[in-house]
Amino acid sequence: MKKNLCALGLAIAVAIPAFAQAREVAFTTELQNYRGDGAYVVLYLTDASGTYQGTLWVAGEKSKYYKHLSGWARGSRLDPAEYDGLTGASVTSGRTLKITLNLEDSLIDSGYEVRVDSAVEDMRDIRADVVAPLTTEGSGKPVSGRGYVSSFTYDLQ
Amino acid sequence: MLRKFHRLPGLMAGLFLIVLSVTGAVLALAPTLDRVSAVIPAFGEVSVAELADRVVTHYPGTEQIVREPSGKVIVYYSRDGQAGADLVNPVTGEGIAPYESSAFFGWVKDLHRAFMLDDAGRALAGVLAAFMVLLCISGILLLARRTGGWRNLLRPLSGSGSKRIHAELARFAVLGLLLSALTGSYLSAQRFGFLPEASEIGPTFPAEVSGGQPAPVGTLKALGNVDFGEFRELVFPYPGDSQDVYSLTTRGGSGFVDQATGELLQYQPRSDGSVVQQWIVSLHTGEGLWWLSLILGAAALTVPVLSMTGGIIWWQRRRSSGQLPDNADASQADTLILVGSEGNATWGFARELHSSLNKAGFRVHCSEMNALANQYPQASRLFVLTSTYGDGDAPASAQQFMARLGNFRPGKALTFAVLGFGDRQFPNFCKFAVEVDAALANKGLGRLHGLEKIDRCAAAQFSEWGESISKDIGVPLTLDYNPLPPATVELELVERADYGLAIQAPTSILRFKAAEQGGWTKVFSGNHKTLPSFEAGDLLGVMPPNGQAPRFYSLASSATDGVVEICVRKQPGGLCSGYLHALRLGDRIEGFVRQNPEFRPAKGNLPIILIGAGAGIGPLAGFIRKNTSRNPMYLYWGGRDSRSDFLYQPELGDYLDDLRLTGLNTAFSRSDERAYVQDKLRQDQMALRQMASKGAQFLVCGGRDMAAGVRQVIDDILKPLNTDVESLKKQGRYLEDIY
Repeated sequence: MKKNLCALGLAIAVAIPAFAQAREVAFTTELQNYRGDGAYVVLYLTDASGTYQGTLWVAGEKSKYYKHLSGWARGSRLDPAEYDGLTGASVTSGRTLKITLNLEDSLIDSGYEVRVDSAVEDMRDIRADVVAPLTTEGSGKPVSGRGYVSSFTYDLQ
Repeated sequence: MLRKFHRLPGLMAGLFLIVLSVTGAVLALAPTLDRVSAVIPAFGEVSVAELADRVVTHYPGTEQIVREPSGKVIVYYSRDGQAGADLVNPVTGEGIAPYESSAFFGWVKDLHRAFMLDDAGRALAGVLAAFMVLLCISGILLLARRTGGWRNLLRPLSGSGSKRIHAELARFAVLGLLLSALTGSYLSAQRFGFLPEASEIGPTFPAEVSGGQPAPVGTLKALGNVDFGEFRELVFPYPGDSQDVYSLTTRGGSGFVDQATGELLQYQPRSDGSVVQQWIVSLHTGEGLWWLSLILGAAALTVPVLSMTGGIIWWQRRRSSGQLPDNADASQADTLILVGSEGNATWGFARELHSSLNKAGFRVHCSEMNALANQYPQASRLFVLTSTYGDGDAPASAQQFMARLGNFRPGKALTFAVLGFGDRQFPNFCKFAVEVDAALANKGLGRLHGLEKIDRCAAAQFSEWGESISKDIGVPLTLDYNPLPPATVELELVERADYGLAIQAPTSILRFKAAEQGGWTKVFSGNHKTLPSFEAGDLLGVMPPNGQAPRFYSLASSATDGVVEICVRKQPGGLCSGYLHALRLGDRIEGFVRQNPEFRPAKGNLPIILIGAGAGIGPLAGFIRKNTSRNPMYLYWGGRDSRSDFLYQPELGDYLDDLRLTGLNTAFSRSDERAYVQDKLRQDQMALRQMASKGAQFLVCGGRDMAAGVRQVIDDILKPLNTDVESLKKQGRYLEDIY
C-alpha cells in the first residue's frame, strides 16, 4: 500500500511526460446552486474498500478548514506532503471545477475509486459526496453527487 | 488634534458604519432566537452515548451530530443516498424540523462582513472596524476632556441638540462598540494574515484500531462519559469501514472513539490559543452568549444616530467658522485678534469684532491663538477672545498658546484685553481666559481693558463690552452679534396678568399662542410653523422690534400646556421688557425656543426645593404645574409686597390644594417683616438640611445677587453635612438659572 501511494504521488505531482504509461485524465465537478460561501472540495483516490490511496486535488486554500473534508482528512492525516502543490481556490455555488492530471495507467481498471468530499462554512460536511470507480468504461459518464456536487465526470484522454 | 482623529474617520466611514452596525444589530438577535428555540437538558441528564443512541433510532443513516453554541442539536444523515439535515430534540432524539441555515441571516451576515463583495468587501469591513476602534477611543478621550476629567465621565452632561444626543448615546454604547470593533478588527486581521491564528488541526487519526465488530453507539464507554453540556460534535464512522472510528469534539478537546471497544483514542485537549480564539469569536458574534449579543446589538443600534448627529455637529461647526474677509497681514496689522475656540462659537464674536474694527479704520489681523507669532512689529493692541474647555483647559485652537507665549516678544506699545466665553454654571467659569489674562500681564503687556467674561454667548454682554472698548480706544464700535439667529415663530399674546404696578415694579405673566397663519401663507410658508417642543425651564428668545439681538426669558409652561408663558419684570429703560410690557392682547412677537435641559427637576420622589425671587418664579411655577405625580416639592419665593406683586398667587393656592406643591414659603421685602427669601431659608434650615441629607435637589431661579445670597445660605445649611453647593452642583443637585 505504501509503495502504491508513492507511485501515485509521483505520477500526479510531477507529471513527467517521460512516464510512458501515464494517461491524461480530466475531472469535471459541477456544484449545485446551494446557498452559502465557496465550497471546499477534495478529489482523492481510494481502493475498493474505501481506503485512502492519494490526493488528486484540493479546492480551498485555508488548511484549517481541511478537517471538514473528513474522509480525506482521515486517510491523508492532513499531512501537507499529501497535498503539496495540489491545491487551488474554493469553488463557488453553481460553478464547475475542472482539473486535468496525469495518472499512471496502472491505476485505471484496477479497482480504484475516485471520491469527492465537500464542505461549506456554516453548513454540513459531506463525506463521499461522490464515489466513482476509475474505469475505462466509466469515462465520460456523469455520476451524481449526494451533497453539494450535482454531477461529476472524468474523461480519459 | 484629538478632534481631528475623531472627525476624519467618522466622516469617511459614516455611511458604511451604519450598514455594519445595523446588520450587526440584526445578527445580534440570532443567538437569542436560537437560544429561545433550543431544548437544553439539565447537566447530567443526557450523555453523548444516550443522545447518539436516540438519534440513531430515528435516523439510521446518521453521519454527524452537532451541538451548536446555542444548544440546538442538528443531525446530518443520509437516506436513500441523499444527504439531509434535521434539528432534533436532544432528550428524545426525535426530529423537530428540517435544518436549514436561515437565508435571511445568511444574507445579512454576508452584508455585514463583506458588503457582498467577497474579499474586497471583507477588507473594507476590516478597515471600518479599525476606524471604529479609533472613533471609540478618540471619542472617550474627547468626552473625558469635555466633562473635565475621568472622574466626571458619568456626570450629567451639559449642552443640547445634536451634541448632547451624540455624547449621551456614545457614553451609553461606547464599551459595547469598542468590544465589537476590537474583536472585529482582530478577526479581520487574522483573516488577512496580519495576525497569527491559533489553528487547531486536531489529533491525528489513530494508527491502530481494534477493527472488531462495531458495538451499538449507545454502549460506547467514551461517549457515555461525556455530558451533553460538554458535547460539541460527533462524526460517525463510514458505514462498513471497520477501520474507521467516531470523531468526538467536546468543549475541552477532541479525539476518536473505537467503534468496537468504545475506547477514547488520541484525545487531545484544546490548546490555549484555540480557547482564546473561540472566545474572541464568541465576544464578536455573541455565539452562546445571548445576553451579550443583545447588549452589543443595542450598542450597535446607536451608530446610525451617532453618525448622523456627528455629521450635523461637523456641519454646524463648519458653517460657523469660515474665512475672514479683509484680514490684514500679521506684520502689517495694528490690531490683533486671537481666538481660542473649541466648537467655533467664539469665532462668530471674533468676526464681529474684526469687521467692526475694520470699519473703524484699523488694520486688523485675526487668527487662532495657536498661531501666535513671535512678534507683531506694527501692533499696538491685542484682543484675546477665548472659551474654556472642560475643567479649565485650553480649547482646541489655543492649546499651544501658553507654550508659544514663551517666545513671544511684544512691542512696548502693545496693550491687551481678554474676553472670556463660558457658562457661569460651571465651577471653572472662564478659567482659561483668567490664566491667559494673567500670563499676558506677566509678560509685561499693559492692560487696554480688564478681563471680562461672557456668560453663555450673551449677545448683550458682548455689546456692552464693545461699548467700553470704544471708550478705551476712542473710536465708536458697535458690536452686534447674535450667534446664528434661529428660525423664529410668530406668537400672539392671548392673556396677561399684571402685578406690581402699585409698587413701581411692574411684572407681568404673559401667555402667547403660535399665531394662526391665514389662507395662502399657511400653505406656502414652510418656515413659519409651530414652535418645537419645549418644557418649563427652557428659554424663549424674543426678537426686540428694532432688529437687535434676541433677549431670553425662562419659560413657565410646557408645550403640552398649549401656551407659551413667560414672566417678565419691566426693567427701567429695558428695551425688550418694555416692548413686551407694552403688548396688548392680539399683538404679535417673533420668538424661538432655546432648549435648556440642564435646568429641570430630577425625576423620582426625592424632595425638590425650588427657590426664586421676583420674575424668577416663572419656570418654578411651570415645574409645579407639571408635578402631576405629586412628588414632594417646596417653593421658597421672595417678592416685594404681598398685596401687589405676589405672582401666581391664585395658581399656587390651587397647587397646594391638589398637592402638586407640598410647601410654600414666601418673603416680602417691603412688607412689615422686611424679609428676603434667604431669611426664610435660614429659618427653615433644620428641615432643609434633613431633606438635603436625603438627596433633595435645589433649583434656583432669579437675579444674580439673589442667587449669590442663596448659595451662601445653602452652603451654611450644608456645612454640618460636610458638603457644599459646589459638590451638589457636581451631582446635578443644585441647578441655577440666573439672569
